[in-house]
Amino acid sequence: MRPNTDSPAVAGSAAAGPMVSFDNVSKNWGENHVLKALNFEVRAGEKVSIIGPSGSGKTTILRILMTLETPTQGLVKVDGDVLWDVKAGDRPRETRQMRATRRKIGMVFQQFNLFPHMTALENIMEAPVQVLGMNKGEAKERAVELLNLVGLSKHMDHTPPQMSGGQQQRVAIARALAMRPKVLLFDEPTSALDPELIGEVLNVIRDLAHSTDMTMLMVTHEMRFAEEISDRVVMFDHGRAVESGPPAQIFKDPQEERTRTFLRAVLQH
Amino acid sequence: MIWDNSFALSIIPLLLQGLWVTVKITLLGTAIAAALGLVLAVVRRLAIPVVSPVASFFVIFIRGTPLLVQAYCAYFVLPLYGVSFDAFTTGVVVIGINYSAYMAEVYRSGIEGVPVGQWEASTALSLPRGRVWSRIILPQAFRTVVPMLGNYLIQMFKDSAILSAITVVELMATAQAIGSSSFRYLEPLTLAALLFLAVSYPASQIVNRLERRYAPKH
Repeated sequence: MRPNTDSPAVAGSAAAGPMVSFDNVSKNWGENHVLKALNFEVRAGEKVSIIGPSGSGKTTILRILMTLETPTQGLVKVDGDVLWDVKAGDRPRETRQMRATRRKIGMVFQQFNLFPHMTALENIMEAPVQVLGMNKGEAKERAVELLNLVGLSKHMDHTPPQMSGGQQQRVAIARALAMRPKVLLFDEPTSALDPELIGEVLNVIRDLAHSTDMTMLMVTHEMRFAEEISDRVVMFDHGRAVESGPPAQIFKDPQEERTRTFLRAVLQH
Repeated sequence: MIWDNSFALSIIPLLLQGLWVTVKITLLGTAIAAALGLVLAVVRRLAIPVVSPVASFFVIFIRGTPLLVQAYCAYFVLPLYGVSFDAFTTGVVVIGINYSAYMAEVYRSGIEGVPVGQWEASTALSLPRGRVWSRIILPQAFRTVVPMLGNYLIQMFKDSAILSAITVVELMATAQAIGSSSFRYLEPLTLAALLFLAVSYPASQIVNRLERRYAPKH
C-alpha cells in the first residue's frame, strides 16, 4: 500500500530545487559549536542517512528542521519555503511562516513520544482532526488504514503502556504519516528498542522508503540498514559533513580517514 | 463533668446542620481553589511579562500569610473600602483563594512531570498551543495531581473551622455556640471532633485508593 499516493509529494514548483537546504547554518551551545557553517541539501524524494559519532551534530540537524531547536545563524529552507532565516545576533521567534513550513515535516523520535493517555487510533487521529480540520470519521478511516500499513490493526484500541516498544514506534510512524509530510525525519528510531524488536520497525521504514516518494532523513546507528535503504549517506563529525556519497562508496570505499576510523569502530561488532 | 447522653443526642441535629455548612464551604472552596490554582500554574509557566511575576508574587504572598489573617482582613478590613459580603461567602472565597496558591504548586509539579517529549511530539504534529495544553499536557498532569488535590480537600475541610472566627456558622462555631449557651462544652466539642473525623477518615481512604490507581504505570 502506498500511504501517500494522494499527496503531491514531488510535484509542484519546488521540484526543481532541493526539498531541504541548509545554507551556512551554525548552532552553538555557549562555547560548544554543534554545527559549523553547515551547507547541506536533500533532493525531493531522496532517502538520506546521517551517520557519525554522538555529539557530531547529526541529531541537531533534525531538531532544527522540526523547529525543536533554534539555529544560531543561517538559512534553512524546506520545499522552497523559509523555515529559519537567522542573522548573527538574532534571537529568532516562532513566526506564521515557520508554522506553515513546519507542516511539511514530520518526525519519528527515539523515545516514540506517543501520547500515553490516548489509544493508538486516537494518537494518529489527533493532529489530522485538530490541525487539518478533518472530520472524525474521515480521520479514523485514515488512521485505521495507516495502522494496517504498519501491521497493527489489532492494536487500534490499545494505549501506549499496553504496547511493546516496537509497536509503539510503529504507531509513531503512522502518526507522523497521518499529516502527509513531504519530509519525514527519523531520529535514531531503533536506539531505544530491545534488539528483538528492531527488525519490525526497520521493516516498516524499509517499506516506506521503497514505496513512497516522500523525502526521508534518518539519523541511525544501523549501518547495514542505512546501506540498504539510502540513496545517499552523509558522515558527520564535529559539526561538519565530512563525507557524502552513495552507500556503496561510503561503506566500501570511504575517501576520508575520519569515515574509515568511524566505520571500523562501529562495524567491528 | 460527666458525659450527658440525652444532652448529646439533643444537640446532634444542630451539629449536623453545622457539618453541612462545613461540607458546603469545602466543596465550593475546593472548586475555587482548583480552578484558580490551575490558572495560576499555567500563567506562571507561560512566562508572560508582568502577568507571570504578579502571579508568582500572589502565590508567595498567600502562602506566606496565615489563613486567619487573610480571613480577618477580608471580613473586617475590606468592608471599609466598600467590599462587603456575608460571612459565608467571604469565608468560601478566602479559603478558596488561600488554597489556590497551594494547588498552583501542585499543578506546577504535575505539569513539570510531563516528559519534554510530549511537547516535542506536539510541535512535530503542529498542534496549536491551546490544544497542546488542553488535550496533551493537562490530562497527563491531572493524573498525577488528583491524589494531592484530594489531600488538600481534606485539609481544607478541617481548616474551615478557622472561619468560625469570622462568624461563619459551620460545625466548629455551632459547637462553640452550644457550649457557651448551655455551659456544657464536653459534648458539643467531642461530637464536633467525631463528626470531623467521620468525614475526613473515609475521605482519606478514598484518596489513598486514588493514589494507587493513578500511580505511574511505566
